[in-house]
Formats: sequence, structure tokens, C-alpha cells
Amino acid sequence: MSVAPAAAAGRYTLVQKLLRLNFSLVLLVVAIACIGFLVLYSVAGGSLEPWAGPQIARFAIGMALMLIIAVIDIRFWYRLSPFAYGVALVLLVGVEVAGETSNGATRWLDLGPVQIQPSEMMKIGLVMMLARYFAGIDRDRVSHPLWLALPLAMVVLPVVLVLEQPDLGTAIMLTCSGLAVIFLAGASLWYFATGVIVTGLTVWAVLASQGTPYQMLENYQYERIETFLDPASDPLGTGYHITQAKIAMGSGGLSGRGFMQGTQSRLNFLPEKHTDFIFTSLAEEFGFMGSVSLLALYLLVVVFCFAAMASTRDRYGALLIGGLGATFFLYWSVNMAMVTGLIPVVGVPLPLVSYGGSAMMVLLVAFGLIQSAHIHRQ
Amino acid sequence: MPTRPRRDATGPAAPNGAVGRLPITRRGMLLLGVQGAVAGALAWRLRHLQVEEHERYRLLAEENRINVRLIAPARGQIFDRDGRPLAVNIQNFRVVLVREQAGDAEEMLDRLASLIDVSEAEHARVLADIREKPAFVPVVVAEHLSWDAFARANVNAPALPGIQPEVGLSRHYPHGPATAHVVGYVGRVTERDLERVETIEPLLRLPEFRIGKTGVERAREKVLRGEAGTRQIEVNAVGRVMRELDSRKGEPGEDLHLTIDIGLQEFCLDRLGEESAAAVLMDVETGDVLAAASSPSYDPNPFVLGISYDAYDALLNNDHRPLHNKWASGQYPPGSTFKPVVALAALGEGIDAGERVFCPGYLKLGRRRFHCWRHGGHGWMNMEDALEQSCDVYFYEIARRIGIEKIAAMAHRMGMGEEAELPIPPVSSGLIPTKAWKRASRGKEWQVGDTLNAGIGQGFVLATPLQLAVMTARVASGRGVQPRLIRAQAGQPLAPKPVVETGIDPRHFDIVRRGMRAVVNGRHGTARGVRIDDQFWLMSGKSGTSQVRSFTNAERARGLPDKVPWKHRTHALFIAYAPADAPRLATAVVVEHGGGGSSTAAPICRDILIAARDRLMAAPGTGPETGMPRPIARPVDRA
Repeated sequence: MSVAPAAAAGRYTLVQKLLRLNFSLVLLVVAIACIGFLVLYSVAGGSLEPWAGPQIARFAIGMALMLIIAVIDIRFWYRLSPFAYGVALVLLVGVEVAGETSNGATRWLDLGPVQIQPSEMMKIGLVMMLARYFAGIDRDRVSHPLWLALPLAMVVLPVVLVLEQPDLGTAIMLTCSGLAVIFLAGASLWYFATGVIVTGLTVWAVLASQGTPYQMLENYQYERIETFLDPASDPLGTGYHITQAKIAMGSGGLSGRGFMQGTQSRLNFLPEKHTDFIFTSLAEEFGFMGSVSLLALYLLVVVFCFAAMASTRDRYGALLIGGLGATFFLYWSVNMAMVTGLIPVVGVPLPLVSYGGSAMMVLLVAFGLIQSAHIHRQ
Repeated sequence: MPTRPRRDATGPAAPNGAVGRLPITRRGMLLLGVQGAVAGALAWRLRHLQVEEHERYRLLAEENRINVRLIAPARGQIFDRDGRPLAVNIQNFRVVLVREQAGDAEEMLDRLASLIDVSEAEHARVLADIREKPAFVPVVVAEHLSWDAFARANVNAPALPGIQPEVGLSRHYPHGPATAHVVGYVGRVTERDLERVETIEPLLRLPEFRIGKTGVERAREKVLRGEAGTRQIEVNAVGRVMRELDSRKGEPGEDLHLTIDIGLQEFCLDRLGEESAAAVLMDVETGDVLAAASSPSYDPNPFVLGISYDAYDALLNNDHRPLHNKWASGQYPPGSTFKPVVALAALGEGIDAGERVFCPGYLKLGRRRFHCWRHGGHGWMNMEDALEQSCDVYFYEIARRIGIEKIAAMAHRMGMGEEAELPIPPVSSGLIPTKAWKRASRGKEWQVGDTLNAGIGQGFVLATPLQLAVMTARVASGRGVQPRLIRAQAGQPLAPKPVVETGIDPRHFDIVRRGMRAVVNGRHGTARGVRIDDQFWLMSGKSGTSQVRSFTNAERARGLPDKVPWKHRTHALFIAYAPADAPRLATAVVVEHGGGGSSTAAPICRDILIAARDRLMAAPGTGPETGMPRPIARPVDRA
């Protein structure tokens, strides 16, 4: 790797920093976002309003934010990590106390002019905190139960708070991304093997507890699980989402109905066609080719994250890239698995494509951090 | 890839830096592998859904396009008292266009235009409609086609995707203008109509649906409308209807039988001729309205299809106001036709009918003179004389004595000053002034002069022709009959409206009836020229000539009232009943700016009563006393 003289001292000019950006990732992010704009334009019946226009504006702001975060030294973010985690945690508690409720879930915190969703902040805060923790301890201590207890607590605390809201999707994502960082940090594989067994038992317990006084999930969550297992049982009720989503995707076929020709989304058979279920609109209009292409782009992002991680010498930076890459992976894999009927509907948006500001900002901040780690990888 | 497991062994000592990243890389590879596997699973799932199961889901998507269409119910029909049709449903051959199925709608329209007549304006309207409405909503291209044109469109339908020939039902009023002010008409649903209803039924959104706009059609909309049926149809990929899956017949609306006799109704309207006038003919026993005409009238049929702007404008700008329902909502000063009410009020207050009042031609109140219509005066008058000769001074005098409140109370007991309950929107209430009313609406105190004016039916007093007919019927029968317009619903006769208790001494009615008999049959009667020479059908009546503006004495002397422009001429009124001895029918006629009551309105009343007599005699079995209407054959439901 050729390094400029100034770089050896760890100091780059702004231009040098920008030139060191991981342009493959930047291009992938822009490409995926553009696909999102197209689909939003289409589901609005060929109009920038009400979704595509605001989404483009948000993306532009988010990209600027990403670049600003990227050029700030990774050591700054290293020091900031505990605060990011702490603030997100405090806000999560705040949601418990004074959150805004919509659709039966309390996720928003109204802070005067802005509404924030602390569970989204936590997706980044948790990865930052864990990366900071594992970068700071000896590698041979990683698998020591005592040294593992603390990061596990860091994961469990927000997960419990998020489940209280209740938001199963975010809870799953936090758990998995947290475990990914611990895994990357090198915790013994035995722990993970044990974890898989324990998880299996837990799932069994959750399902077995239904209807008993010790019921572990909300009724609507059980309903979603049941619907997932047998969507046809209630085609106009909770199963409606999945059934209609499958019909839309399936009717797209190999090459799709064509841009702006999706009758299912157009005739409003599809619920939440612009948010969590946007993938079905895309799959209907662009067919298997289109949906697999998007899948490939997403996978490429993950691959480039891995490459960036592999080339990063700084342990904090590497863990940060790996953890945030895993978070991104979880977004799209959970969303796609959900709309294709592989897992229950848990309410996770399709990253960079679904309409909505919160997820867009979180993702672009995450990519900003990845870029920062990449720029300052020495 | 530089990572190899064995190099891991060199790492443990270094907590950070170059060596420490190697396990991360190895673990990262593992994680990437898992992620790749998940992506592979998703791709496999998508292939399954989108490629293998494509056919199945495509069919399901088509099933999504099974749609439910509403069938407009057959609207209840309206008949006259003997079952002759007044408002019926006729077959309407029409062609509709569904954009979704047409591909290029404009092209289809052009092709269709080569087969049937589609005017430029229609063409533009259809294109505008198509743009406005969702793609799958049918837009009517042409209606009321001849059989030939319809057949041409039908035969060529296969070459015209998206064009659908249909047979619908359309409202028709066989008697046109004669029934316009009773039956009313239906028309396209407008935003204003939607504002009026509480819940908007989907039915109201159907392009061919028509809603009652005026008259019985509007007042009995709920009964006449019926309930929509539904039709589940399956459409194929290009949207053509493949088959009907399920069809639920709606409930047709209920038929109504009015109390109107269409023969007499037409006679009345004809008799009113070119005048701006109204006539009401009532059964004095049952209150059945046998005829109710408002002239000039208009043809309601164009309104069903959508009347042209020019035609509508012409109706609006006509100074005889054809659209105005004068018999139910026209309000006129009743003039001398109000005198029977004043007489009854006076009798009720104990004034002796035999007491005589001297009429010198005027009554002096302070420095003001209230004139009698006869310049030289009538001399000594008792109540019957005063009614016969319509002496104003006599009624000034008794009105002054009993006061306005007693007159108003009697007017209300005779059905005036309040809206009659008739299914004819709008029905006006007229106006019977009181002291409280004047204070509230004019902010001025009541004057004795106001009472005098009210005593001869002038001043503030206003009445509708309907109210005058009801009042006449009550005088004639001595009972508080109420007007009725609908005698049967869905073949079931409705009970007559209950008689209102007036609490008036029958002997008082006798006195007033003697006076009214003399008006037509007496030696000095104001309407002795229109006497009916039939001892079994003697007419009694009362004339009225009401001013629409006041004249000075000088103008009076010059005979000006007869020379002023039409708009300023007096209204001519006449109320009558027959036979004089055993009253059966009552009538009231108002001719706007028609001049004198006995010269203009009285002959009309006479002719109406004679026509009614002939009608009763010609068909004694189907006259006003008939019970059930004849059974009615309903046209085949084509929906």
C-alpha cells in the first residue's frame, strides 16, 4: 500500500481523505438509493410526490452527513463510542417514560422540533460501543466469561428496552449485530454453539408459553408468527400482507410487468407498498431479474465491507466496519425474508429503498463511520 | 487471500494492530459465508416465487381483479290515482367505454364515432371523464340510442375492445309538462346532492344513477330508489368480462300512486294557458289533491339526460318562471279570498252575522282613508252581503273590532301560515302576520292600519294556492281536512290524513257558505257571471284581486290600475267549491298579474269544476271515491 508521507504521521489533508474514500461502496449506496427513487416514483403512480421527492432530498442530506462523518478522524469516533451508546440508552429509557405511541408501539421520542427514534440510534451506538470495548481489551481475554459478561450486558440492556416498546424487528437486529461484533472479536465458537442451542430452546419456550399465564410475547406477535406459518388461515386479516406480497412478487415473473406497470401495487392491493413492503413493488415490476439484481447489489455492499474490514489494521475500525456491515446485512436480509414469507412480519425497512427518514439517516451515518474507518485504516 | 488458520497462532500476544486483525479476517470470512448463504437462500426463495410459482401467482393476481359491480335497482314508478303512468322506466340503449380495456381510448372513440353519432361536445366530455375517473370505471359515451345504432355498436363490439353496449333503464315522464310540478324529475347526482345525504351509498357514484331533484321524485327518494344489487364478475388479463360469478338481485324501488287524476291535471294546466298561474283541485272530504298545476310548466324529460345549458338558461330567464312551483311555493296576498277567514274569526268572537255596517266607500282611521273597491260604497251591509259583494269597509270594521291576533289564530286553524305536509319540496308556509311577528321581523310596532289591511287579505298576509284550496275545502266541508298527494305505496293504500280539529261552530260555516254561494249565484254577487247552470253542481266561491303595489287616489281616478305594466298589475284569485249544497270538490286559482279575480280567475275555477264533474260522471267507478288502484304490470327488470 502506497502511503503519502503525511499519511505516515496519520494526518491527511481533506482532499487526500476524500481521495481515500471507498468509492466502490459510495457507488453501490448511490445505485441502491436510485433504485429506491425509481420504485417510489412508480408506486406513487408516476409522480415524485408524495414519496420519491422527499426521499431524494433526504438522501442528499444524508450523503453530505456521510461525507462529513467520513473525513472526521476515526479516533474521534473511538472516543465518542461510549457516549453514543450511553445517549441512545438514555433516550431508550426516555421512550419508555414519555414516548409517542403509534400503531400500538412506542418508538418515537418527541423532543420539541425533532422526533427521534432512539432504537435506530442504538443500532449504531451498540456496534460502536462493542467495537470500542473489544479494541480496548487483550485478545486472550475475549473468550473469558467475565470479560464477555460486560458486552453481553451491553447487548441485552437495549434489547430488553426495545422489546418493551414492543419492536421485535429491532430487537432481533440489535441482538444479531451485537453477536456479530462479539463473533468478529474472536469469542470462542463454543459460546456460539451453546447460544444456538439456547436460542432453540427459547423459541420452543416462547411458542409453548402461548396462552399460558407466562406468555412471553404480545398477542399480535403470536398472531404474526401463526400467520407466517399458515398465511392462508386469515387471508383478509393479518395474513393479508404476506399473501398480497407473494401475489405481487409472483405475478412479476422472470422479467416483471415493466416499470410503472405493476397492477397489484397500483390498484392498492398492497399494503405499505412504499415502506416495509416496497420490495414487492420492485419485484412485481422488474421481476426475478430485478429482485435478484438488487439482492446482488446488497451482497456486494457486504462483500466490500468485508474487504474494507480486512484491509483495516486498526482493530476498532475493523470491528466497526464488520459490525455495521452486519447491521446493513440484517436490514435487507430480514426485510426480504419477511416479504417473501420466510420469517414473520417484523417491520424492518428495506435499506436505502423504503420510504422513511430514520432508517435512511442511520444507514448513511453507518456508511460514514465505515468510510471513516476505511480512510483512517492505517 | 492472506488469511490462513495456522497464522492465527502467532496472534495472541498482540492485543492490537497488524497481527490482531488476522482472526478478524478469518471470522469475517465465516460471517461473510453465512451472509452469502442467507443471500443464496433469498435468491432461491425469489426464484421459487417468481419463476416456478409464477403462473399460480399470476392467476391469483388476476383473481385480485375479480370485481364487484353494482346494479342500479329499478326505480319505483309513479302512477296517477287510476294507475295511469306518470313516471316510468324505459329501456335505455347506451354504450360505455372502459379505459383500462380500451388501450387507446381516443382511437376507440373515433372508431365508434364512425358507427354511431357522437357529437364534438360529447367527444370532449367523454375524454375529460376518462381522464378524471379510474381506469376501470365505465364512462357513458352515448345514451338513448335508437335500436339500429345500438345494434351496429353491438355487432362491431369484438372490434372495439373497451366499448361495451348496455341496456339500462332510464326515467321517462309520459305526460311531460303536465306533471313536472308534482312528480318532479330525476337527474345526475351532483356534489350538492351528495352534501344533502348523510351516508353516500356507492350506488350514488354509478354513472347511470339518477337522483330525485324536485317534487315527489325528491321527497320520496328513499322509497323510490330501492336497493342496489351486486354482480361479481371475472375479468381476464386484458380486462374483458369473462363470466359472471355471482349476482345478487337488488330490491326495486316501491311504486307510488298519487291522488292526482292525470286527465284533470292536464286540463288544469291547459286551462291556465299562457298565464303565469296556479290551480289546485281538492277533494273536500279526503283532502286528496286531484290536480295541482303551475303554469307555465316545462318538460322534465331533458333534465333526466342532462339539459343543455341554453335550454336551462331559457327556463331560468323566462319572466313567468316556469321552474317555480307556484301552486305549492308561490306566495301571494290572498286579497278578498281571505275574507271568509276573517268572517269566521268575527263569528267566533261573537259578532252577529246580521249586524249591519254602513259602507260609504271608505273607512276613516285618524286622517287616513281606507278605500272600498267600490268607489260609491255599498251602503248597509250584513256579513252575507259583505261576502257576496266583497265589501272592504265591512271587513275593515270587523277586523278592527276583533284585532289581528284573532284573525291570525283563525287563519292557522284554516291551514294558513304554516307548511302543509306534502311530498313536494319546497312547500311554502305563506305568512299570517301577528304583532309579535312584526316586532321581530320589521322592528316596528303593529298599527291598526295593518289590521285593516289584513282584514281584506292585503298588507303582510301571504298565502299559497295550496293553502287557499285547503282553506276552501275546510269551509266547504266544515272539517279540518289535510291535503294528501300519495294514496298508495307499493300497491298498499295509505290511510287518509287525519282531520284536524278546528273547533269551529258548524253554524258559522253555514253563514260563510251562504255568503260564498251568493258570490256566484246571488243578484249582486261579484262573480255572478260565472254561474254554473246545473242545479246539481252549483258553484260557490269567493273572488280576490290583490294589489302588488299601491295606487294613489289620483291614479285610481285615471283608471291606472288597468294600464300599468304586467309586472305591476293586480293578481287575480278565485276560490270555489261545488256542489254548493253538498260540497265535493274545492279549487283555488291564482293568476299572477291577471287583473280582476272574478273576471280572470273565476272562469278558470268554473271550467275546472265542470271538467271535474264530467270526469266524475263519465267514470263513476274510478272517480275520487275509488279505493284501490288497478293492479299494475311492472316492466321486465332488465338490469
